This record gives sequence, structure tokens and C-alpha cells, in this order.
Amino acid sequence: MANRISDETMDYVGILAKLDLNEEEKEAARSDMQKMLDYVDKLNELDTSNVEPMTHIFSMGNVFREDVVTNQDDRANMLLNAPKEKDGQYMVPKTVE
Amino acid sequence: MEIKDMTAVKLSAAIREGRMTVMEAVAATIDAIRSREKEIHAFLFIDEEGACHRAEEVQKKIDSGELVGPLAGVPIAIKDNICTKGLKTTCASKILYNFVPTYTAEAVKRLEDAGAIVIGKTNMDEFAMGSTTETSAYGVTKNPWNTNHVPGGSSGGSCAAVAAGEVLCALGSDTGGSIRQPSSFCGVTGMKPTYGTVSRYGLIAYGSSLDQIGPVAKDVTDCAAILQTIASHDPKDATSMEREDYDFLSALKEDVSDLKIGIPNSYFGEGLDPQVKASILSAAEVLKSLGAEVEFFDLDLVEYAIPAYYVIASAEASSNLERFDGVKYGYRASEYEGLHDMYKKSRSEGFGPEVKRRIMLGSFVLSSGYYDAYYLKALRTKALIKQEFNKAFEKYDMILSPASPSTAPRLGESLSDPIQMYLGDIYTVSVNLAGLPGITVPCGFDNKGLPIGMQLIGDCFAEKKLLRAAYTYEQARGTYPLPKKEEA
Amino acid sequence: MAKQYETVIGLEVHVELATKTKIFCSCSTEFGGAPNTHTCPVCTGMPGSLPVLNKQVVEYALSVGLAANCKINQYCKFDRKNYFYPDNPQNYQISQLYLPICHDGYVEIDTPAGKKKIGIHEIHMEEDAGKLIHDEWEDCSLVDYNRSGVPLIEIVSEPDMRSAEEVIAYLEKLRMMIQYLGASDCKLQEGSMRADVNLSVREVGTEKFGTRTEMKNLNSFKAIGRAIEGERVRQIELLEEGKSVTQETRRWDDNKEYSYAMRSKEDAKDYRYFPDPDLPPVLISDEWIERIKKSMPEFQPERQARYVEQYGLPVYDAGIITGSKKLADLFETTSSICGKPKKVANWLMGETLRLLKEKGQEPEDLKFSPEHLAALIELVDSGAVNNQVAKEVFENVFTENVDPQKYVEEHGLKTVNDTGLLEETVRKVIGLNPGPADQYRSGKEKVLGFLVGQVMKEMKGKANPAMAGELLKKILNE
Repeated sequence: MANRISDETMDYVGILAKLDLNEEEKEAARSDMQKMLDYVDKLNELDTSNVEPMTHIFSMGNVFREDVVTNQDDRANMLLNAPKEKDGQYMVPKTVE
Repeated sequence: MEIKDMTAVKLSAAIREGRMTVMEAVAATIDAIRSREKEIHAFLFIDEEGACHRAEEVQKKIDSGELVGPLAGVPIAIKDNICTKGLKTTCASKILYNFVPTYTAEAVKRLEDAGAIVIGKTNMDEFAMGSTTETSAYGVTKNPWNTNHVPGGSSGGSCAAVAAGEVLCALGSDTGGSIRQPSSFCGVTGMKPTYGTVSRYGLIAYGSSLDQIGPVAKDVTDCAAILQTIASHDPKDATSMEREDYDFLSALKEDVSDLKIGIPNSYFGEGLDPQVKASILSAAEVLKSLGAEVEFFDLDLVEYAIPAYYVIASAEASSNLERFDGVKYGYRASEYEGLHDMYKKSRSEGFGPEVKRRIMLGSFVLSSGYYDAYYLKALRTKALIKQEFNKAFEKYDMILSPASPSTAPRLGESLSDPIQMYLGDIYTVSVNLAGLPGITVPCGFDNKGLPIGMQLIGDCFAEKKLLRAAYTYEQARGTYPLPKKEEA
Repeated sequence: MAKQYETVIGLEVHVELATKTKIFCSCSTEFGGAPNTHTCPVCTGMPGSLPVLNKQVVEYALSVGLAANCKINQYCKFDRKNYFYPDNPQNYQISQLYLPICHDGYVEIDTPAGKKKIGIHEIHMEEDAGKLIHDEWEDCSLVDYNRSGVPLIEIVSEPDMRSAEEVIAYLEKLRMMIQYLGASDCKLQEGSMRADVNLSVREVGTEKFGTRTEMKNLNSFKAIGRAIEGERVRQIELLEEGKSVTQETRRWDDNKEYSYAMRSKEDAKDYRYFPDPDLPPVLISDEWIERIKKSMPEFQPERQARYVEQYGLPVYDAGIITGSKKLADLFETTSSICGKPKKVANWLMGETLRLLKEKGQEPEDLKFSPEHLAALIELVDSGAVNNQVAKEVFENVFTENVDPQKYVEEHGLKTVNDTGLLEETVRKVIGLNPGPADQYRSGKEKVLGFLVGQVMKEMKGKANPAMAGELLKKILNE
């Protein structure tokens, strides 16, 4: 296998993705990622030096909304989904140290 | 005629002509679901009460002449990654185990406005990541043709529900083949429209640049009727397109004499099950005999579609799934120390292994130092693949191909090797990369009695041509059977 | 000899745009609603929701860019900046990295050494985050998404500033420009204008920049000045001690006058930017640019010159008044109502600024209407109220925007022009104060002031002091 993903990289990606994988999961994920990246390396066979990356299929643009308030308060319904809530706000572990 | 022998369009006609009531249709559907669910498990949630309530409303509107459309009174199942106001929507994930949307997806709203009745939410691969419906956090769905086999995925629940006769039609979503492949495995008709044709508002995103909602039904006519109902230019979705013509039912004519159909040589190489190959080629012969010009041609870059697809889909997914963090909705770990631990625990406990793998891969390919080599490279490859299709459509009206290299695998046999699993998507992912419409129509069986589907791929906005060809083929093919109910 | 250091400063300025709705949804941007009442599935990151761009945001961003002499990316896109934080509901912020709407511009500031150009590296559009408050009782934080999705532009300068004075001159310039464009009210205290300071020091004469730090949480010009000085000293001390400056983000605590490093091992600072697939690009035509250019307002320097020319204001006064668009607009409207620009200018320069300072407010906070100021000026001019009463009335106009006419009537503050009553009072005051009256008669004219005061007191402030003085003189000299 050409692609070797180090422990550091796995931990780093875990921080980025906010995922805490156990050892077994980490090994499975590492092995899959290595295989996938080997496979993805196939793309290097293609010369794409003169090709613009295609982010959108259609060359459309300027899809706008007018600046008019139409939304109404739906707080009560939205907060029903909140795991923890207080005084109309979403409750989270404290963010200041 | 029993409802299960009808199609959606026929059922609606029967209701509108007073031969049946909406309530009868709903009751029969609930009965059908009850009788098959234990065996199939196509549904995650059945909204019996809501459907009965809606049935009364819809009946009144039909009686008063307010509702006259081809889906008025028809019960329909919705894939569980499509938001339904007041109805739990989980994406078959633990992380959304209790999520109740405060709004309805545009596509569902349009169906409801047309008098269709949401009967329940169907099982799927978690967050639509998978091609067997085995990654669902709420149990596997079984293929109604043989319950030892998978229904395909990710819209496995929707396709199995239609094949099992539980409902006449359903909505699925298709990011890399998630409607067309399970339709093929379950012997039903499924369609992925041109990107931008159906609003994504309310579809819980997997790969935003690839996702489309589409119909799953028993025949081409129902697919056309559903597409006609759900397609719209929606100001709430900035990638939604204004189309000139939404009259897809008018495309259903038996005529392919003006069509030139190409079959890519590269699609018939190694890895394709010979029985599938034979079935697709004989379907091609049928189209030829009906007057279409059919020939093989070279479509390049086929082997690059899967790696490009997985980079793009995983990258977008890694970002789209960041919002599931235990703050605003869904699952939050019960014990944690501080904010970041809460994030990590909630997400690690809430997501299944396949989803976590794709998030890891996606985060990696976007991370500093790899973005150009992987992500931009994939977007450049996508541009080249799009060019290849443009070239093909200069010559051909559509492309004919299998929907999958094989028929439905046995349960538990596909997940072990990711590459092998991803290779199964070879005929479907490039269609999403290029934003094209594709339709799967059942065209045969293998020697185990499992269905085989052929896929027709059109140029962007060429749905009417696709529907016409599919319809013409379907008429020549004759009725495709439903599986016999297995004795318990 | 001690080493000489130079401070190198670049600014990232966030400005909240004055749109009615958020950047990607139709929720109100209004300040001060109950928590989470200006929210919807889009700005709370509900699954399945999608952003749609508010056209007005592009209009404002373009106008600011053109006013700051920027080049325009006529094909511009939005990117996702991925990071987890509870005030960021999607855990990615929609911003612009690869193709920001404006780039390579400048604004000119005045420095003691003359005019100086401060380069603008880029201006991009993005969405604001929600608000987090700490709940002591539960020892947790609470999230309010009312501000989530409010449109921002971030104006990134080149590292062209060398002192706190230059930084403040640059900010004042930007603020004035943006206010005149109507693109934002730019209130630092309310956070509709916020500046992050990137600062490094280097020995005078060196080419290479030192390692910079980024300071956040600066919500007044004073705080910015103090933070720059504090950070400059901190960095020089580090270098003098032979240590090195760490590239980091620091949070300024203006009460303690110290900055703290904001560090967390859970923040990798790898934002994994990529183009947002939900938002098609923005294509800006030449016509669009021309239209914005044509609709450019009169900016501060032109208005200042015009006020001198048209209204005969002193240059200094015209400068102060046009220093805030709100003040300038008030001046112009009030003047056009009452036709007395100099008097309007006096009220604005005098009482208005005094009260603002006293209350710690900015001109943008002014709430009184030009009609009411004009009415008050009329009341004074017609002699209906004297200056002392007028000031009292103005305080109420300032705080409550009361109608001065009504207020004066309701509180019985009208100057008494009844000469009979005035004469009666004058005679009474002379009778009650024989001492001072004699002093006046013997040539001590200064005591007249005392006697006028006594008349005013007797008449509860409603006398015309000039008339009272004249009458006193006349009667005392009888």
C-alpha cells in the first residue's frame, strides 16, 4: 500500500472531524482510508493542468433573494428538538475557560 | 382490482371516479404494510393517524373538484432523509433518533398539495452512505424477492416497500446511484432527475453537489407523474433550476424511432455479471427492434468516476454532517467533560462506522496540504468526465447501461471491502458527477430469480426523452411481476 | 544604545451590513429581540435547510469596495470555513476565501506627516455567528442565534499602519465612508463594527516583518489604542529578554488592560475551506459596477466643503458635524426646516455633543427628530423661552424626543413677556434687596447680575433675562 496514514494524522483528522474512534474503529478507518487514497491516486494518471475545478454543474449565477423579512418566530417548535434548553436558548457546556 | 395490483396513477383515477375512497386506499396500504413489514422492514415510521386524518381532507378536496391531479388520494412513502414537519426524520441514524423537523421538504409539500398522502418514512443506509441499506442504525431492510438478499441502497426502504406491494410509490434520493441501484435490485422503476430539477430544500444533505430527490414506482408512468409533481423551481434552493417544460406525462409515447442510443464499451468489461450483461443486451435489442438506432461507442474516463466521486461526496459530507453536534437537535452523549468532549462523544456514539469513515476521509482530503492534491484534483476530473458525456450526447440521445454490475448480493456480504462495495457504483456515480438524469427500468431476472434493471442516461434536461424510451421499452416488455409473498 | 523598534499593524475589520434580513435567510436582523426569536431552520443549521443569498448584501459590499478603490472579482464565490463552536450552528461559516468580492484597494488617512494610503488587501462577505452567554447558575453557556447569519463584510488591510493613531485614523475613515454609503451604522459598542488587530514589531531598518499576534475583543477606539500600546510593549519586552513572539490569537481585556492567549489543543486552525456547493457564484457585470459607482453618495470631505460654502459654517465646525453621517443628516434636515443653519450647528456642536459624551453614546444613537430641534430653535428665536429653559427642554428632546412646543406648554415654561408682571417683580426684588440695590446705585454694576438672578428666581425662570436687566437698570436709576 502506497499511502500510509500515521497515528498523528488519524488523531489530527479526529480533532478536525470531532470524532473519537476507539482503537478498533481507528484501525478499520485507517485501513479503509489508505485503500481509498491508493485508489484515489489513480486520478494522478490524468493530466488536469489545464482544467478548471468544476464546483457547479451549471454555469448559473446570481441566484438572489430580495431583502424582505418573511420569517416568523418559530422558537417554541425549534427548541423542542434541543437536547438541553434554558430560557429560550440552547444549553451547552461552558465555552469560557 | 386490488390496490396492490394497481399503479399510483390508476389508483388516483379510481378514487377521482368514485370507485374507491381515499380512506379505503389508506386502509389497504396500512394493511399491506402490516402484513409485510415483519419480513421486509422497509419502514422506520408509519404515520397511520396522520394519514387517516389527511385522507378525509383529501377526499373532501377531490369531491369538491379542487384536486384533479394524477396523484390525488395516493398514499406515498418518503425516504427518511427527507424532512416532514411533525414527523420524525432520522436519516436512519442514531444521531437524529428523535429529530422532528419544523418544516416539510419542498418535494413532499408539492406531493401533499397534489393530494398525495404521506404514509410513513422508509429505511435507508445511514445518511444515504451505503448501497445495501445495511448501514441503517435501525436494522436492515430485506429484498422482497429473496429476503436473504439486500434491497440495495441507499433508498433500499423505498424500493423494497414498492416491490413488496406495501405502497405503490415512494420518494428516494440519489447521490451516487441510491435510487437507480436499489430499483434495479428490487425490480422497480426509479429515476434520478437532472441536478436542480427537484428542490433539495428539506433533503438532509449528503453530497450537496450530487444529491437529487426522485421517484420510485412500479412503472414509468408513475415515475413521470411523480416527477411532474415534485419538480419545480424553488427559490429556497439556490441550485434549483427554472425549466421550460414540466409536463413529463406528455412524454409517454410509444416511439423510439428517432432515438440514437449509445452503449459504452467500457461498461461491459471485467466485473460485470454475465447474466446482467445478457439481460441488458437483450433489452438493447428490444429497443433496436422498436426502431431505435443502438450502437456501442467509447466513453472514456469511466474508471476515474468512482475515485473522483468518493473524494467529492466524502468532502461535502464531512462538512454537511458537522451540524450534528448535540447542541440544537438529535443525540447528545449522556456524559462528557466540557464542550469538545461533548462534541466528540455525541458524534462518535451517534454516527455509525460507515458514516464515520466517510467523514474521516472527507475531513482528510480537505485538510491543509491535501486540498489541492485530492479535492481540487477530483473537481478537475469531474470537469473532464462532464466533457466526455457532452461529447457522447453530441452523438447519442441517451446512453444505455446496467444499473449495477450484479444482482442483489446476500445480506452481510458486501460491507467487508470498501473498494469492492464502491466498485458496485461504477454505472451510477458518473451520472451524479455530471448532473445527468437517469432511469432504471426492470428488464429481467438472473437464475436466482433476482431482478435486473437497465439504466438509461440522458443529457441534462432530457428527462422527456428518457421517459419516452423507458415507456416504449416497458410497453414492449410487458408487465413485470411483483415478487410472490414468501410463506413465513 | 537601546534598540529602536517599529510597530507594524494590519487590521481585520468586521462590519455588520444594514440589511433588513440576514445574509442567507429571510429572518430579521433587528437588534434586541428575545433570544432565538429571529431564527429559522437556515440560521440555526437545521438539517435540510439551504442558504439563499440576499442581493442587498452584494450591493453593500460592492459599494464599500468601490469607495475603497478596490478591484472587483466579477466572478466571486462563497466558501465554507469549517470549525466547531456552538455559536456557529452549522459548524461551518459561509465566507469567502478563494474569490472574495473586492481586493487590492486603499483608503487615504491624514497623519501628522501628511496623507498616507492604507492598502486594502481584500473585502469579503460572510455570515455572523450567534451569541453565547455564560450562565453562572448552571455553570454552562447559552446560545442565542438571533445574530447568526447577520451579514458581515470583513475588510482586511495590508500591514501598512505604524501607530495607534494611524489605526484610529484608518478606522474613523472607514467608519465615515461606510456610514455615508448607508451600508452600516458602524457602532463599535454594539459590535456592528469590530476590529481585530494584527501586530508585530521589528527593529527600525529591518525589512522582514516580525512574528505577529492577532488581538480580538476590541470594542472602542480607546480600547484599540490601549491594546496596541499594551501589545507593542509586551512584544518588545519579549524580544529584549531574548525570547520570541508566538504567533497566536489573544483576547484583550480592557478592564485589566492585558491580553490573554486564546489557545486550545482542540482547535487545529485548519478550516478546510472549500467552495460551498449550495451557493452558485455571484457574477458582477460592468453595468452593475457602473450603476453602483453612479449612485455613490457625497462623502465626508465633499460635504464638509459644501457646509462651509453653502451654510457659512467654520471649517472646524463643518468637520465635526460631518464627522458622523447621522449628525450631518440631522444638521441638513433641521436647517432646511428652520432655515437657521448656524443655530442648528450650535445646538449640535454644543448641547448635543455634551449630552452624548455625558451618556457615553455615539452620534448614531441620537433619537430626536430634526422637526423637534427646529421647533426648539423657533421657540428660542421668538422669545417664547429663554436660553436656560431651552437647554432644559433640549435635554428632554434629546432623551425622549419630546415635542418642545407641547413640553413647554405642559410644564408652563413659557417666558413671561407681560411687562406689568415683570415690573412688579423687579420692584419687589429691589425692595427685598436694599443692600445690592444701593451698591448698584453707587456704581457697582456687577451686582446687576445678582439682581437679574433674583428676578429669574422669583419668576421661576420664565422671565426674559435681557428684559429683566433693562428694567432693573431703568428702575434703579429712577
